[in-house]
Amino acid sequence: MTNAAAGETLLAVEEICLRFGGVQALSEVSFDIKRGEIRAIIGPNGAGKTSMLNVINGFYRPNRGVIRFRGQSFTRMRPGFAARNGIARTFQNVALFRGMTTLDNLMTGRTLKMKRGFFWQLLRYGPAMDEEIEHRRAVEEIIDFLEIEAIRRVPVGRLPYGLQKRVELGRALATEPELLLLDEPMTGMNLEEKEDMCRFILEVNAQFGMTIALIEHDMGVVMDLSNRVVVLDYGRKIADDAPAVVKQDPAVIAAYLGVAG
Amino acid sequence: MLYREVGQYHASYRTDTAIFPIRQDRVGMLVILAVAFIIVPVFGNSFLLDVVAIPFLIYALATIGLNLLTGYTGLLSLGTGGLMGIGAYTCYKLATWFPGVDIIVWILAGGVTAAAIGALFGVPSLRIKGFYLLVATLAAQFFLQWAFERVPWLYNNNVSGDIEVPTRTLLGLPVTGPNATPATRYEVTLCIVVVLTVLASHLVHSRVGRSWMAVRDMDIAAELIGIPLLPTKLLSFAVSSYISGVAGAMLVFLWYGSAEASVFSIDLSFTILFMTIIGGLGSLLGSFLGAALIHMLPIALRNVLPGIGLDLRPATVEHLNLMIVGALIIFFLVVEPLGLARLWQTIKQKLRVWPFPY
Ligand SMILES: Nc1ncnc2c1ncn2[C@@H]1O[C@H](COP(=O)(O)OP(=O)(O)OP(=O)(O)O)[C@@H](O)[C@H]1O
Ligand SMILES: [Mg+2]
Repeated sequence: MTNAAAGETLLAVEEICLRFGGVQALSEVSFDIKRGEIRAIIGPNGAGKTSMLNVINGFYRPNRGVIRFRGQSFTRMRPGFAARNGIARTFQNVALFRGMTTLDNLMTGRTLKMKRGFFWQLLRYGPAMDEEIEHRRAVEEIIDFLEIEAIRRVPVGRLPYGLQKRVELGRALATEPELLLLDEPMTGMNLEEKEDMCRFILEVNAQFGMTIALIEHDMGVVMDLSNRVVVLDYGRKIADDAPAVVKQDPAVIAAYLGVAG
Repeated sequence: MLYREVGQYHASYRTDTAIFPIRQDRVGMLVILAVAFIIVPVFGNSFLLDVVAIPFLIYALATIGLNLLTGYTGLLSLGTGGLMGIGAYTCYKLATWFPGVDIIVWILAGGVTAAAIGALFGVPSLRIKGFYLLVATLAAQFFLQWAFERVPWLYNNNVSGDIEVPTRTLLGLPVTGPNATPATRYEVTLCIVVVLTVLASHLVHSRVGRSWMAVRDMDIAAELIGIPLLPTKLLSFAVSSYISGVAGAMLVFLWYGSAEASVFSIDLSFTILFMTIIGGLGSLLGSFLGAALIHMLPIALRNVLPGIGLDLRPATVEHLNLMIVGALIIFFLVVEPLGLARLWQTIKQKLRVWPFPY
């Protein structure tokens, strides 16, 4: 949590508005994410947190507003562009490739980094095989790091929920992103699993300097992990500050009344 | 403990990423290949070769083709029959125009037009999925069959309306046409099937195959990893159709000897689809198992039932066959969607711990 203040802005959203029919999911939301920080996005259910991530990685097209990423401005992102430019993400409900093994899920994360063409893949020989092995090595490092060696060859659909979340983090890490978006990475986990996940997130941030934006409901986790917190409520930003400050904010307490206490 | 991997450590990722990492599997594979290449053609009579082995191999190849699309990429198609027809007619036209060129070249080239047309089938697949895609491929199937019947140019204006396979030789040996022996046609069929199966297995274990499966399992996550949906689906359509096309050309040139348009009807599409489902979606081994079961079941019924004193009329045997296949399809769809291939995995798992129950 030291390198945050120094970092320049990696991504900023400015006055983003997003409407679904009659529902105003986001109204004029602006905030920035600095290079190297862990940025939390919190808010009650239906506040628009997931929608915000979907705008950032290009699943949703905002009705108004600008996304600035690495100094360039966009009225919308596109998923492919986001992927090629180092934005990776995990999903609130786990979106793994269920029929594939843990290893293959992570290897799929390397797709963009594998350059050998179709005919080399047909031969599976020479440069194609060297490339496959080089990426296998990178993936094995992630497997070691996340302590999921034992489930390497298990189809992920058969894994318990907590492990699936871990594999999904692994797949995102396999793309070697610059910005990692995590949508409630700890829901449905027991205390021990949560602690592991917190440790992984902190280590990814500290060791590889990866910038992380994280949606989380558990206030304790948010306090421990994040450098700065954005609070959304009914699609509006109601606070944006250090966790300790946000926690005392009367507007936030009102929004969370009875939820976080 | 007949089948086990204990003691076989992989010191490098190279051996660990091998397609058959376990020694018993490699040995088994070699034995099967030796039997297929040497024992079967030497000792097999023309019944075994022409009625059992050659059709089985060709169906297995066609099933692999459909499995790449449906099992690996999750896209349904009922156009297999039509695409096999494209392969056959292409091969026929090319063999007519260039009689001097080796026929195997044209069999393999037959798949290229099928790939192009199959990729065209695939264009709507970005927008439509599941049932609607199935209907679109069905429409294409009917259109193709119509074209095979109504465009005399395709069958060289023969009065019969059939493709009539000419005699072509390879190294002085007739490979196609009435003078080719079953053993020769069998060996050629086997070679093509083995080579294409190996290439297909390379693909499904590579970046390409993983992209297909990613699109099948969770397309939004695939997109977010940087896998472009349309090109990935189109590639799957193209590769799948290529294999179907080659299988279609083989069906006419190495098995039937002559064929009319109705061979490539929707019935053929359904046969291949059933083989894919019963064998196991997303398994190459399953493609062989499914083709073997569906192709050999009626042959077995016809030959075994009289042997045990049950002398049924041919029509009854036919109905019995349909009932068994129907029941099997329902069984596999409900109980074991991963088909025979999955059952085989389970048996191997049991062998690994045999004689203990767990
Ligand atoms: N694709 C969509 N179509 C229609 N409405 C949507 C869509 N996505 C989100 N919404 C609506 O937008 C609002 C914000 O939803 P969002 O999922 O972003 O909330 P959230 O803060 O992530 O909530 P939670 O904590 O429950 O995950 C909700 O009212 C939701 O119903
Ligand atoms: Mg959400």
